Amino acid sequence: MILFTSVLTFFFVNLAPGGPASITSMTVTEEQRQALIREMGLDRPVLQRYADWLGGAVRGDLGTSLTTDLPVAGLIGDRLPNTLLLSGVALALACLVGIPMGIVQALRRDSVLDRVLDVVSAIGLAVPVFWLGIVLILFFAVDLRLLPSAGIASAVDSSIGDRVVHLVLPTVTLATTILPTVVRFMRTSLLEVLGMEYLRTADAKGLPARLVIGRHALRNALIPVVSAIGALIPRLLGGTVVTESVFGWPGMGRLALDAANGRDYTLVTGIAVVVAAIAVVSSIVVDVAYTRLDPRVTVA
Amino acid sequence: MSTAGRASLATLVAIAIFVFGVPLVWTIDPDATDPTHRLAALSLAHPLGTDEIGRDVLSRLAHGGQITLVVGVAAMVTALLVGVAVGGVAGFYGGVVDGLLMRLTDAMLAIPSFFLVLVVVTVVGSAIPVLVLVIGGLSWMPVARVVYGETLRWKHAEFVVAAESLGVPPWQVFVRHVLPQATPVLLVSATLGVGTAILTESAISYLGLGVQPPTPSWGSMLQRAQQYVFTAPTLAFYPGAAIVLIVLAFNFLGDGLRDVLDPRARTRTSGRPPA
Repeated sequence: MILFTSVLTFFFVNLAPGGPASITSMTVTEEQRQALIREMGLDRPVLQRYADWLGGAVRGDLGTSLTTDLPVAGLIGDRLPNTLLLSGVALALACLVGIPMGIVQALRRDSVLDRVLDVVSAIGLAVPVFWLGIVLILFFAVDLRLLPSAGIASAVDSSIGDRVVHLVLPTVTLATTILPTVVRFMRTSLLEVLGMEYLRTADAKGLPARLVIGRHALRNALIPVVSAIGALIPRLLGGTVVTESVFGWPGMGRLALDAANGRDYTLVTGIAVVVAAIAVVSSIVVDVAYTRLDPRVTVA
Repeated sequence: MSTAGRASLATLVAIAIFVFGVPLVWTIDPDATDPTHRLAALSLAHPLGTDEIGRDVLSRLAHGGQITLVVGVAAMVTALLVGVAVGGVAGFYGGVVDGLLMRLTDAMLAIPSFFLVLVVVTVVGSAIPVLVLVIGGLSWMPVARVVYGETLRWKHAEFVVAAESLGVPPWQVFVRHVLPQATPVLLVSATLGVGTAILTESAISYLGLGVQPPTPSWGSMLQRAQQYVFTAPTLAFYPGAAIVLIVLAFNFLGDGLRDVLDPRARTRTSGRPPA
């Protein structure tokens, strides 16, 4: 899968007009052009360049950034922990809020609460992430002056508390990209399980409702939710680009944006491949969680 | 259809009338600047005020809405065409082609496509046709899966086999006999797809990589508005609220259509496809 992304991005970047190919049509003298082509190795066939790049990538060398002249892997490495922190906390938040919300909705089906939460989810699906971020900044940082609006920590204070406070708005914003879907999956899945025969059996033999729901229903209802969360991870990672730029979060998403603005295609390619790798690793983690929950499934 | 579905349809018609009708009546050039009236409040001359360089917000909102709507619909059509082609070919021919195309679909679903959007605009720039192709080209996977499933379901049906044995060429069998079976489901996913495409376009444009200034789109209008959010919060309000409204309307319409057209899915979860 990672290989697939690398092939896709590398060949697209190298063959598309406007990529390295455009260097050959830049308005420079013939000697300058030839020198540049040789320096970047563009005189070699594209397959060979890919093989070289891949060989480097496997050893952790993703090439050199065109705008900064620094190694791409190093630039990414500096930003990666910040992005993992942001998306990890957002993912946890989406699960910790979304799963109970879905359970409550399923247990109180068709109540006023259920309907209200349904409308909230629908709005959540329609709100652009960056706009939500702007609104949150306006409300919590400008009007109430409760929370900082940007950055990962204050310049003067770098205590744990300060870092946590800086995490609040960005993680809430990012979590919203997947929260409504988690809620809806949880609600539907639990409702489906609640209609099953074995639950009526458990109920009939006199188990208290707490046990029926907790031991029998939830365990089974969670299985499809876990796989849905796995499928949502790519969307969550995509949301980091927007979230990081709204909140000035020094992560990989903003690095990708800067690279895109500077047409730094070696950097953009490197980031796309690293992000794909993260997505693949997380989907493996989800698969493992899946087998824990559902003993019938084994990891292929 | 449900009340929510009908209300959404009415909302969408109203939005379309607004974005295509207002420019006929309200003829202020959306790019014309009025330096003496920068960040103006609501007035008769500028019913929704002006932006940071004195452009009329009402006019920009209407023209920007046209771009947003057209890009959203065109991207959805692209996704539909690619999805039908991939899903149809994979389902109809089976074998190695099937395996390759459906693995490709899985792979595309597992990659955070937003980063690929960045790769593409970095290299080829962000003219509007490019945006349409990129957004459509990275969101066809759910359509492909639906068409694939429906093709497998119907390709051994008697009327399909009958058409084949009469010597109708395969592509014609697919288009005339198999595809119509998938139309209801496709209509639903197309409707939901427009909402998703609009959200993607507005995010790219907000980041400054999509629709380029001075051309307005609801997303690009928000890009500058963030800097002025303290002094002129309404500047950020109108385009954002417009996006929420139109996406909400497309999502509810999609849900409403699903209830009518696809009774099997009535209990299924709604919203945008998990991609």
